Amino acid sequence: MAELTYRDAVAAGIAQEMARDESVVFLGEDIGAAGGVFKTTLGLLERFGPRRVRDTPISEQAIIGAAMGAAMTGLRPIAEIMFSDFFAVCWDMIANEIAKTRYMTAGQIALPLVIRTANGYGSRFGAQHSQSVENWAMAIPGLKVVAPSTPLDVKGLLAAAVRDPDPVIFFEHKGLYSTKGEVPDGEIVDRLGTAKVVRQGEDVTIVALAAMVPKSLQAAERLAAEDGISATVVDVRSLVPLDTKTIFEEVRKTGRLYTVEENPRLCGWGAEIASLVAEECFYDLDGPIVRITTPHVPLPAADLLEDNAVPTVDRIVETVRRNAG
Amino acid sequence: MDRATRLALYRSLVEIRVLEKRAYDLFLQNLVKGTSHLSLGQEAVAAGFAVAMRKDDYTFCTYRGHAHTLARGAPMVGVLGELMGRKCGLMGGKGGSMHLTSVEHGAMGSYAIVGAHLPVAAGAAWSAQVRGTDQVSVCFFGDGTTNIGAFHEALNLAAVWKLPVIFVCENNQYMEYTPIREVTAVANPAADRACAYGLEKILIDGNDADVVHRTARECIGKARDGGGPSLVEALTYRTSGHSRADPGKYRPVGELDDWLKKDPVVLYRVRLVGMGIEENALRDIERAVERAVDEATEAAKACPPSGVEVIEKDVWADGGSSWRN
Repeated sequence: MAELTYRDAVAAGIAQEMARDESVVFLGEDIGAAGGVFKTTLGLLERFGPRRVRDTPISEQAIIGAAMGAAMTGLRPIAEIMFSDFFAVCWDMIANEIAKTRYMTAGQIALPLVIRTANGYGSRFGAQHSQSVENWAMAIPGLKVVAPSTPLDVKGLLAAAVRDPDPVIFFEHKGLYSTKGEVPDGEIVDRLGTAKVVRQGEDVTIVALAAMVPKSLQAAERLAAEDGISATVVDVRSLVPLDTKTIFEEVRKTGRLYTVEENPRLCGWGAEIASLVAEECFYDLDGPIVRITTPHVPLPAADLLEDNAVPTVDRIVETVRRNAG
Repeated sequence: MDRATRLALYRSLVEIRVLEKRAYDLFLQNLVKGTSHLSLGQEAVAAGFAVAMRKDDYTFCTYRGHAHTLARGAPMVGVLGELMGRKCGLMGGKGGSMHLTSVEHGAMGSYAIVGAHLPVAAGAAWSAQVRGTDQVSVCFFGDGTTNIGAFHEALNLAAVWKLPVIFVCENNQYMEYTPIREVTAVANPAADRACAYGLEKILIDGNDADVVHRTARECIGKARDGGGPSLVEALTYRTSGHSRADPGKYRPVGELDDWLKKDPVVLYRVRLVGMGIEENALRDIERAVERAVDEATEAAKACPPSGVEVIEKDVWADGGSSWRN
C-alpha cells in the first residue's frame, strides 16, 4: 500500500496500462518531455519512449482526430486535452465524429480511446480555464463519462477506461491533483458505471461528483455534529453509464435527495438524476429534491469569488439544514 | 502503365459515372431521400488513386464520397441500398449518403463536417507508423476545406510526424455555391499552401486519370518508404450541382460547356482507343458496368427498408445503447 497524490495516480494508471498493452499510446500538449502542465504524466516519455508518448502542437482538433484515426486502426490511444474548457475547440471531433461513428457505421468502426482532461475550479484561472463541463459530454450519445474523486479511483477508473471498447471522457479535477490517498500496490482495475457509497447515513442522501465529494463529506460531518442530521454521501464517479441502482437504493433509504454539482445550474447532471428519481422513486420521497449547483454564471477568477461561486461546505450544510427538518 | 491497369482505371471511371447517374435518377423517383453529393465530372481523382492503392491502405473522404467508397471496392448494392435506407445498405441505413463506410474495403468513412477527417486520416497514418506496417492513408477533400482550421492542424501534424498520409484536394472550383477564388487568399487553395508545411507544391490535372494515377503512385510510394506526407491539388469540376438541391445557376454561361469538353471519362476513352485498345474491350466494360448497376438497383429496391429495431443498436461495442443500469 502506498500513499499517492491524485496527480501521481494519473501517471500510475497510464503506466500500468501502457506496460500491459503495447497498443496503448498517449498524445497531447506538453505531456512528454515536460511531464504535463499539471505534472500528471511525469516519467512516461522516459519509460515508454517517443514512439508511444507523443508531444503534439497546440492543435486540439489534430490531437483528438489523430486519436480517433489511431483507435479505428488498431491502437488504444489516450489523448490529453490540457483544460476541459478546450473541448470547445475540438467539440466537432468529440461530439460529431467520435461519439457518432460506431452508430453511423452500424458497428463497423470501433473507437477504444480515452480523452483525459483537467476539469473544474480552484486555480483562479478565470472563466476559460476553470469550467466543469462534464454535463456537456453527458449530453452526447456515444460518450462514456467518468470523473473520479480519489487517487484510488483515478488509477482504477483510468485503467477501466483504457480497456473499455468505447470512447471514454475522463475528467480529472484540477482542484484535487494535490490530494492524497491510499492506493494498494499491484494492478488496479475498477468498473465504469458504478457509484460508491462513501458515507452511510439515515436522514438524507447527498449525491456528488469529483471535487464536490470531499465537500459533501465535510458537510455531512458538520450536519452530524451540529444538527444531528445523518447523511449518506454517494460518489457518482461515472455519469455514463449511470449507476441509478445505487443512487435509487440510497435515496429510498432516506427519502431525501440533494445533488451537489459544480457545473452551472441549467442542464447540470443533477437535473437528470433529479428527473430519474422523481419518475422512479417518487413515492419513496419525503420532500422535494434539492439541487445545489454553481449559479448560472461563468466562473470568476478572484479567489473569494471563485470559491463562493461553486457550492461551498457552508452552502451544502445550510441547504440541507433548511430543507431536511 | 500496363493494359490491365488502364482497363482497371477505365472500369472504375465508368462505374462511378454510371452509379452516380443512377443515384440521381433514384432521387428523381423519390427512392433516395435526404441529400446527396455527386462526383459527376470528378471521377478521375477517385479512380486514379484507388487503382494505385493497396488493399490494406485507408481511404477517408467527404460527404461527396460515393465515388471513393465505390472505387475501393465497396459493393454497388451496399452503396445504393444505403442511399435508399435499406437493410442491404453498407450501414443498414444508419449513415446515409454522406457517411458511406466499408471498413473491409479500407473505406474508413465519409465525413460530413468539412475538414474533420483530415486529422483522422493523419491518425490512421500515425497508427500504421506506430504499428510498423507500411500502410498509407489517403484523404480526399474539397477546395473549401483548405480554409478551415482542421486542414492546417492536420497538415502540420502530418509534416512534423512525417506521417504516411496523402492529402488530396479536389479543387472543383466552387466551395459550395461561391467560387473558391473569391474567398481564398491564394490562387491554388491547397498547392499554394504546401510550402507552409515544408511540402512540395503538387498541382495536377484532376480530369486526367493517368496523371492522377501517376501522382498517386509517386505519393503513395514515398509515404510507404517513410518519406512522409504529400499534399496534392487536383483541378477538376463537378458537372452537377453541389447537392441535389442545387441547379448550379451561379455558374457563368459557357463554363460548364468548357469543362464538359474535358470530361474525364470521355477523355480517357479517347486516349485508350488512340493507344490501340479495341473498341470491343471498352464496350464490354461499359455493358458489364451498366448491367452491374442495373442489378444492384433492382437488388436494393427489392431489399426491405431497415427496421425500427436498429434505432437503439450499436451506440456501444456491446451492440446496445444503454446508459444506466
